[in-house]
Amino acid sequence: MSDNRKTKIKVEDLTLIFGKRKQEALKMLEQGVSKEEILKKTKCTVGVNRASFEIKEGEVFVIMGLSGSGKSTLIRCLNRLNEPTAGKVIFDDHDITRETNKELLETRRTEMSMVFQKFGLLPHRTILENAGFGLELRGEEKAARDERAKTALETVGLKGYEAQYPAELSGGMQQRVGLARALANDPEVLLMDEAFSALDPLIKSDMQDELLEIQDKLHKTIVFITHDLDEAIKIGDRIAIMKDGVVEQIGTAEDILTNPASEYVEAFVEKVDRKTIITAETLMFKKHTALEVHKDGPKGAVRKMRSIAVDQLPVVDEHKKFLGHVWLQDVLELEKEQGKSLEKVINTNVPSVYKHYTVEEMLPLITGIRHPLAVIEEETGKFLGLVTQTSLIIEATRFEKKEVIKLKEQANEL
Amino acid sequence: MDKLIDLGKYIEQGINVLEESLSGLWGAIDDVISWTVEFLNDTFLAIPFIVIIALVTFGAYYANAGKKAFKKEGIKKGVSLALFVVLGLLLIWAMGYWKEAIQTTTLVIVATIIALLFGIPLGIWAARSNTANAIIRPILDLMQTMPAFVYLIPAIFFFSVGNTPGVIATVIFSLPPAVRLTSLGIRNVPEDVIEAGHAFGATDKQILFKIQLPLAKTTILAGINQVILLALSMVVIASMVGAKGLGAIVYQGIQQNDIAKGFESGLGIVVLAIILDRITQAVAKK
Ligand SMILES: Nc1ncnc2c1ncn2[C@@H]1O[C@H](COP(=O)(O)OP(=O)(O)OP(=O)(O)O)[C@@H](O)[C@H]1O
Ligand SMILES: [Mg+2]
Repeated sequence: MSDNRKTKIKVEDLTLIFGKRKQEALKMLEQGVSKEEILKKTKCTVGVNRASFEIKEGEVFVIMGLSGSGKSTLIRCLNRLNEPTAGKVIFDDHDITRETNKELLETRRTEMSMVFQKFGLLPHRTILENAGFGLELRGEEKAARDERAKTALETVGLKGYEAQYPAELSGGMQQRVGLARALANDPEVLLMDEAFSALDPLIKSDMQDELLEIQDKLHKTIVFITHDLDEAIKIGDRIAIMKDGVVEQIGTAEDILTNPASEYVEAFVEKVDRKTIITAETLMFKKHTALEVHKDGPKGAVRKMRSIAVDQLPVVDEHKKFLGHVWLQDVLELEKEQGKSLEKVINTNVPSVYKHYTVEEMLPLITGIRHPLAVIEEETGKFLGLVTQTSLIIEATRFEKKEVIKLKEQANEL
Repeated sequence: MDKLIDLGKYIEQGINVLEESLSGLWGAIDDVISWTVEFLNDTFLAIPFIVIIALVTFGAYYANAGKKAFKKEGIKKGVSLALFVVLGLLLIWAMGYWKEAIQTTTLVIVATIIALLFGIPLGIWAARSNTANAIIRPILDLMQTMPAFVYLIPAIFFFSVGNTPGVIATVIFSLPPAVRLTSLGIRNVPEDVIEAGHAFGATDKQILFKIQLPLAKTTILAGINQVILLALSMVVIASMVGAKGLGAIVYQGIQQNDIAKGFESGLGIVVLAIILDRITQAVAKK
């Protein structure tokens, strides 16, 4: 990342106040009165408080912050969906806050496109028509806009869905349409407000990869809001952290992680807290393969283990009650001795956890063992799933993948 | 007891002033409505009844069956209403009330069109401006609580006896659902879709015609359905100021204590109501 890139958007002392007595509130804000005080005295909410920053051309600029910290308000000031109360938004070399309505329409139509958390697609129009909607609004011919919408849909991997309707698509695919609609306009800037927050984790991750790929080709300037730190680190060149309408810190992920500017930022990027929040239920692999002691003999056990490439599996009885684990080498031995039942080789002396166990509570259990933890139902002992050591360690630490592997090796050597 | 305030007299004077000062306007309105109603009546009556029955039947069939009109699936959907239309209209004709049924239908059509001409724009306005909504809402509430007869009074003051006061009273009576449901439909359009429109540089007009109205379509059509049914429910009352049609026969039946007449014409109105309701509902569902 070289910093001699051109500045694309320059935000100067941008303030936005919600409410009727804006000027009064603005004055109080300049005198250093607190947000709460202003709310109490004027019934005005300070959405954004004197934010200043620059976004470079081709940069992915991420805005993070707790709910209500003013992220949406800030991004919506950039295309004036929210009218700033004071300050400037300089785009290339013109001030967007001073544009006439006509100029503003032109800016929205050609220079900045937005992608929304709730997609905002038109249910009565096909995917193709939705993708070309921005072009339609600016008056392009049908043939031309269909052509460009098609290309955009192809870019986001939705070729072949042109004639369908939004309701026929999954959430992830709908958001691809939202992205295609933004790309079809060929804007210089993409504004994405929690664009992936409503998606399932796996699809979210796909979309992130896709966005990065697209960005590799198209080099847009992207302003991206998220409250997911992993997402911010993955796609952001720089991250801005907001609190109560104020931009608290701006920097690369590295800067922010190693040098948090305030306790708020620190708390925000620390995962220590997560250890006490994330539970076995979130981490476990549900419906994991298990051996059934009343049905599976040694041959079946070996087969099951090989089919999912593990050397150890949990064992349950006919009521799905968790009994323990068996190891491949024990099973092989049993087979050699012509044994029929797995019962003999079950290792019952293994820890198991309940759904509500936190990472912090589970960590001590995995020292000295090298198999996953079984999650069982509290009342019945029914087997629910497995929590692997890797996922526990990743949750508990902020180490890179490499270090996690090293840690695991150490654990295995025990 | 002596009257303390002679409110009725002031209103009467007010209406007299209105009537005299704008007599040109009332005359013009009267001319346009009477002419339209008569023109439509003459046209429909000039067409052989069997052709009209065939057209309405096919219309009803197509409204239900849609593009699958010539497939098994479509036949299944459309055939029962089509059958009802044929039998119902034939019954009206056989009872000897064809002309009156046409007159009633014309009245309903003209009143509905006028009600929509005012109601839909008013609904759009009420949806987009809270001030407008605050003004229109109570007026609509008042209009709907008022007994239908009341609308006959001003209508008859401004227009002589005939179809026009009937149409006018019917328009006023059936207007509220057009306004309400248009406004409701537009207000229910999800905020995120509107916002997407703004973000992509839509003008207010584009927001209205490309987003709000298409998404409110189903609700607005439900409103149109209600307008039609309310208009039809006014025909007996409208006949008291001289509107022609099945309503007038019902009214005669009541006055002459003629059960046969009253029953037949009443049945005719019911048949028309069911046909109009089912057809508009089928259209709204699309
Ligand atoms: N239209 C509005 N009128 C009044 N106050 C508002 C309005 N929109 C937002 N606010 C207030 O402004 C502040 C910032 O809201 P904003 O929506 O920008 O937060 P956010 O960071 O996007 O939160 P989230 O993560 O929940 O989306 C909040 O206190 C909110 O209550
Ligand atoms: Mg937000």
